[in-house]
Amino acid sequence: MFSSIQEFYNILPLVIIGSGIVLSVLIEIYSKKSESILPWFSILVFLSAGFYSLLSVKNESVVLQNMLSTGGITNIFYFIFNIGAALVCILSVDYTKKYGINYGEYYILIQNSVLGMMMMAGAKSLFMIFLGLEVMSVCFYVLAGVNRKKEEAIEASLKYFLLGSFATGFLVYGIALIYGSAHTTSIDVVTAGFAEYSSDIIFLVGILLFLIGFSFKIAAFPFHMWVPDVYEGAPTTVTGLFSTIGKAAAFAAIIATLTALFSGENTSMFLPYLAVLSIFSMLFGSIVAIAQSNIKRMLAYSSISHAGYILIGLASGTSVGVTGVVFYLAVYTFMNLAAFGIISLVEGENDKNLDINSYAGLGTKSPLLAALLAIIMFSLAGLPPLAGFFAKYYVFIAAIKSGLTWLAILGIISSVISVYFYLRIVVLMYFKEAEGEVVPSKSFSGFFGVVISVLLVILLGIFPGSLLDLINSYL
Amino acid sequence: MEQSYLLTYLLAVPIIGSLLLLFINKEKAHLIKYVGLIVALIAFVISLIIYLDFNDQSSDFQFVHKFNWVTNLNISYHVGIDGLSMLLILLTTFLTPLTLISSWSGIKNKVKEFTFFMLFLELGMLGVFASLDMFLFYVFWEAMLIPMYFIIGIWGGERRIYASIKFFIYTMAGSLLMLVAIIWLCVYSADLLGGFTTNLLDLYKTGPTINTTIQGFLFLAFALSFAIKVPLFPFHTWLPDAHVEAPTAGSVILAGVLLKMGTYGFLRFNLPLFPQASIDYAGLISVLAVIGIIYGALVAMVQTDMKKLVAYSSVSHLGFVMLGIFALNQEAVQGAVIQMINHGLSTGALFLLVGMIYERTHTRKIADYGGIAKIVPYFSFALLFTSLSSIGLPGLNGFIGEFLILTGAFKSTVLGSWWFTVFAATGVIFAAVYLLWMYKKVVFGEVTNANMNSVTDLNFREKLVLVPIFVFIVWIGIYPTTFLKISDKTSEHIINLVTSPVNQIPVEKIDVK
Repeated sequence: MFSSIQEFYNILPLVIIGSGIVLSVLIEIYSKKSESILPWFSILVFLSAGFYSLLSVKNESVVLQNMLSTGGITNIFYFIFNIGAALVCILSVDYTKKYGINYGEYYILIQNSVLGMMMMAGAKSLFMIFLGLEVMSVCFYVLAGVNRKKEEAIEASLKYFLLGSFATGFLVYGIALIYGSAHTTSIDVVTAGFAEYSSDIIFLVGILLFLIGFSFKIAAFPFHMWVPDVYEGAPTTVTGLFSTIGKAAAFAAIIATLTALFSGENTSMFLPYLAVLSIFSMLFGSIVAIAQSNIKRMLAYSSISHAGYILIGLASGTSVGVTGVVFYLAVYTFMNLAAFGIISLVEGENDKNLDINSYAGLGTKSPLLAALLAIIMFSLAGLPPLAGFFAKYYVFIAAIKSGLTWLAILGIISSVISVYFYLRIVVLMYFKEAEGEVVPSKSFSGFFGVVISVLLVILLGIFPGSLLDLINSYL
Repeated sequence: MEQSYLLTYLLAVPIIGSLLLLFINKEKAHLIKYVGLIVALIAFVISLIIYLDFNDQSSDFQFVHKFNWVTNLNISYHVGIDGLSMLLILLTTFLTPLTLISSWSGIKNKVKEFTFFMLFLELGMLGVFASLDMFLFYVFWEAMLIPMYFIIGIWGGERRIYASIKFFIYTMAGSLLMLVAIIWLCVYSADLLGGFTTNLLDLYKTGPTINTTIQGFLFLAFALSFAIKVPLFPFHTWLPDAHVEAPTAGSVILAGVLLKMGTYGFLRFNLPLFPQASIDYAGLISVLAVIGIIYGALVAMVQTDMKKLVAYSSVSHLGFVMLGIFALNQEAVQGAVIQMINHGLSTGALFLLVGMIYERTHTRKIADYGGIAKIVPYFSFALLFTSLSSIGLPGLNGFIGEFLILTGAFKSTVLGSWWFTVFAATGVIFAAVYLLWMYKKVVFGEVTNANMNSVTDLNFREKLVLVPIFVFIVWIGIYPTTFLKISDKTSEHIINLVTSPVNQIPVEKIDVK
């Protein structure tokens, strides 16, 4: 199976997750207390896979008959996915109990979806991308509806499933057309012969369909219709999973296919597509978010708008842009996980306290939680010295370097609009008196997860250099 | 280059102080106030040490401390000061402890948070004045919005939420456009300098080589951000709201230091980075400045609320500063610099006085007062003294600044017309009208409001706040050289950069995308 032991070490992160899944299933079958073992077991699996990926970042190679790459940027993505997933698990421990969805399967599904994401991030073949995407998405469809008693959750699950399958259809059709024209699914071969194939209209349509399929997954306008309902209906921690590392995985797949293309000469033809997508996502997300009164829906639209900022980096079509994108994804993962973590703490049973007015007076009632949420809101709005600012700064640099100053200006207009709704949460927490009886749950693990995420946001804001250097050295 | 750590110590003091506060139980309000005050005083002492060490014969940046921060983008922690920043840093560290003392009894709830945000704010202001790296500057510039936003929003008046959001969004909209301009400038300079850098001293060399059209755009992007902060007419609409709703300490810092960040930005960034555009737009900005002087004064005249009156007088006074800056000669710029300090002192004192009387009577309506001269003689004297300083009575500080600005503008070759001076001078007259009118209505006449009879006069703590300010008001009025000479060489240097920019990089090399 492996041509050398080194190859085994190189794909060890995948092996760790894979064996984690098998062991988890066994624990689920044979242990009566699986619900209380599995969260911690999953966290252990994620942390070991995550840190191992970081340590083995130098093991750059292509393995498994040119299907999968390891090391470098792929491992950086592995790290982001696994740390993000570990945080989701920590946040879920008490949240799932509160909602009565404390099933062992919940954690197995999360592990499974992370495996799918890792396959996408490392893909060297279009089939691998498809396979990874399906592994991830199917788990997501189930996770969205894991709360079987709640109608909205089932609706979210079904909606996600239908629209997700639709998107996958585009993707597969695109892959089929690319294969039809290039007679290969290997990304490297397609890239190498891009100039030759691109005279074939079928090939170009294939790539466009492929990109459209992923535009669904990254929640970019106009393929965002599923986002608000799914984010609202799914359990909050699961929403955290979708909106952060799920999105990062889709971007990772785009990077895996497109960065190779960027190095070619005729590739700039797809950049306008990305730029247009970016503009509409940013502005649409920011403007519609203002009208939301449910905090999860607000963050759903904010996530559409952030997809737009991330797309700025891709649209610039340079390695600076891609560095910005990877950095942004890492930062965005921690910001949003912290935000959804805090929501999951404030949230009461049966979807209580999801209205933004429930946050009124939180600054007095729960000063620490309010301070953390305020930091996250400022970071999402892009205020220095927090990481959200630096991420935006970097993609703007990439855009301006590529002569897309107008795109950066539109990004800024959108940022200013978005300040309004992020600040509204801060206004409610600090400048208003409490209205109803909102008592945040005293979950230590939940608090811990949120504090870790916020610390990462602050650290990445003040010392962005370490992560940037790491990303840069592999691009 | 030899590194000096003094400025870093100065910046570290509020950070350490605010972190220290986090560990104090919030019930111990008294301890918190003392800790805050001591921290602010330590910062003041350090800035005095810096001043004593400061060489006013040099226009170079002094006390430079630099180390790499984000190597990937060549961003450094790079601080250093010249005469201009020296004066403003002194003003900042001077006013902060005074505002803390002034809010000793005014702020009753959430004392810990208040002190924390005040120190955080001090850090932001000092950082803005000390940064020599565009990125670092921007971080401080934006980060400073957060504490001010909370200070207005939590401890402000009735319409505080509206005012705080307006303040925040208005300022941020301006500064984000500046961010694009900063990045553009850095990307442009990267080609000439052989690498991406945000070092201001390097950008000084490349900025003037940008072609005129683009220089104009960049100038306007920077100018918008600073003009909103100043505020220059017609970007002033956030100011009355923010001032009126902010608590006294917030208003004092806002008027005293925050507005100066805008004028400082023009002097530090717009003029040296875009000399050609500065000359091209000098006329436009000066016209707006003069409109601001007259408009602010006229609107101040019809105010019924004392705090609003002082707020509009700020618009008028800052108009003088802007006129001085864009007259682009030694006298006018020196006048502008000293006027920045003057405005910080006299308007700061006016806000303090309005805050003090408001604490006793809970009204700021001019009509509610009258005849309080006999009841509160010390207060009445202090108000008169401050008003006269603000009007520009010879012998007090305001006169020096306005006189230098007006003579400088009169002689200015860039403006090329004495009409600016003629119109601006009317602002001085108007200032006398609205301030003395207010004074007459509040202090003289018969006591019409029975509640006023029980008002107590200034207590020791309040006198303690006002006396140091008055000392400087007289000092600047009688012997301004002490202060003028600090910024003398710097002003000269800045003007030289504008009028005869150094084109160290051959123009042919430049190819703008």
